[in-house]
Amino acid sequence: MKNIYFDNAATTRIDDKVLEKMLPYLKENYGNASAIYKLGKESHKAIEEVRNFIAETFNCNKDEIYFTSGGSESDNTALKGIAYANKDKGKHIITSKIEHPAILETCKQLSKDGFDITYLNVDENGIVDLEELKSSIREDTILISVMFANNEIGTIEPIKEIGKIAHEHGIIFHTDAVQAVGTIKIDVEKMNIDSFSASAHKFHGPKGIGILYMKKGIKFNPLIAGGHQEKSKRAGTENVASIVGLGEALKIAYENLEEKNKKIKELRDYYFKEVEKRIPYIKMNGDLKNRLPGNANISFRFIEGEGLLLNLDNIGICASSGSACTSGSLDPSHVLLAIGLPHEIAHGSLRISIGKYNTKEEVDYLIDNLVEIVERLRNMSPLYEEFLEEEK
Amino acid sequence: MDYSEKVIDHYTHPRNVGEIEDASGIGKVGNPVCGDIMKIYIKVEDNIITDVKFKTFGCGAAIATSSISTELIKGLTLEKALELKNGDVVDKLDGLPPVKIHCSLLAEEAIHEAIADYYRKEGKMTEEEIVKKCNLKPHHDACPHKIKE
Repeated sequence: MKNIYFDNAATTRIDDKVLEKMLPYLKENYGNASAIYKLGKESHKAIEEVRNFIAETFNCNKDEIYFTSGGSESDNTALKGIAYANKDKGKHIITSKIEHPAILETCKQLSKDGFDITYLNVDENGIVDLEELKSSIREDTILISVMFANNEIGTIEPIKEIGKIAHEHGIIFHTDAVQAVGTIKIDVEKMNIDSFSASAHKFHGPKGIGILYMKKGIKFNPLIAGGHQEKSKRAGTENVASIVGLGEALKIAYENLEEKNKKIKELRDYYFKEVEKRIPYIKMNGDLKNRLPGNANISFRFIEGEGLLLNLDNIGICASSGSACTSGSLDPSHVLLAIGLPHEIAHGSLRISIGKYNTKEEVDYLIDNLVEIVERLRNMSPLYEEFLEEEK
Repeated sequence: MDYSEKVIDHYTHPRNVGEIEDASGIGKVGNPVCGDIMKIYIKVEDNIITDVKFKTFGCGAAIATSSISTELIKGLTLEKALELKNGDVVDKLDGLPPVKIHCSLLAEEAIHEAIADYYRKEGKMTEEEIVKKCNLKPHHDACPHKIKE
């Protein structure tokens, strides 16, 4: 069965052009970038070209770009690296309640190590409260980390404003931009960003390679000790092929960006509109305006998300849910709870993330099947039965 | 989540979904916070479960265990139905992932509640006797939410 892929926020299919660019570095150009001979120098040159391109793309200096194994490592390095290197100045960190686990779990570890973490609330659309941010700042606050865009509900945070507030108080501002890079143009200067994390596989690049931007002058400790690679901030032989892939993926992602985003957003809005028209008792989650173009997160009342996903999987559709059963934990998504959804409505959420390869036919196929599956699951739901009885 | 073929078959084509208008007993267990609720309807004639239907709000494992449980108790005497253990249900489904085992308890509990409901309506036993005979427990002893609280 053909896969109909609507989980582009989880990962994306590698672009053929990206793979093509990578292959020589997995075959004949296998040299270690640290070596002195030509074969190694070629690898070094390829890496530095990508670093230059990244720096241009985000309006920063190439010395401020570090390659990591992905978003999680970048987040860990930024938070732990900054926290431990700056702990003499203070041990207070501010983040939000809707961060990715790579941030939240890192904060948990830091709090066990004597750091004090403030988790900012978000409103019903998932936007952090700037007033709460201001009033949370203390003498000993060393770092603010708020995600650029949320992976579950697609809400885009007021990054520039958060960065401004941080800088007014001399605090370092990091943002987990894993969902934003490749979709939103980022200028670290204009947006007051001191550090960000990104991951190539979210924008049709390879898995296992990411970016950490760290503004010059910020003290941070390496997470991985060893060789002198990445200015001694990230040891390990450079993953040349993946770095080249990341560079190519980033280049392609930012080409005709508006046009691509427009097409993706049109499909998303069409999905929203049709679902709203054809399926009753739903709730759109996330901010409808400040939102990633491909994200649609809808709660279908009276049903549970895993059952929905399994039925979609049966017909080849890949999607995602915030239900407890799919999160591997006992509670539904922390993001959906943070925006104030009751447990039973959070359990019935379905996240669709549309990408550049999706077509209108696929969206139609999804909607037609969704209508049928939701009805079938509701007909076997005691919650729906009770609801209908109360309605009478 | 690795589900067996049997589990997939049961959540894709659940058996005995629905309600029984003039049910002899109805059992409802679970709660929406946990993300699973099961409601079971039984029709009892001459101490035998002649018909059974269910409705479940929950994950694939909850739907599959509900479905197979209704199949397993149909035609049984009430006593035999009360002997059905969640372990038997899991075995019949060729196993469940460890995190889903608590879902299978729901079906067992719902059956016990439905039979207890029948006994209550029948009015021949005291509540104490019913609780003992049907082995009624405070809901969802195994519910991980309970443990967490």
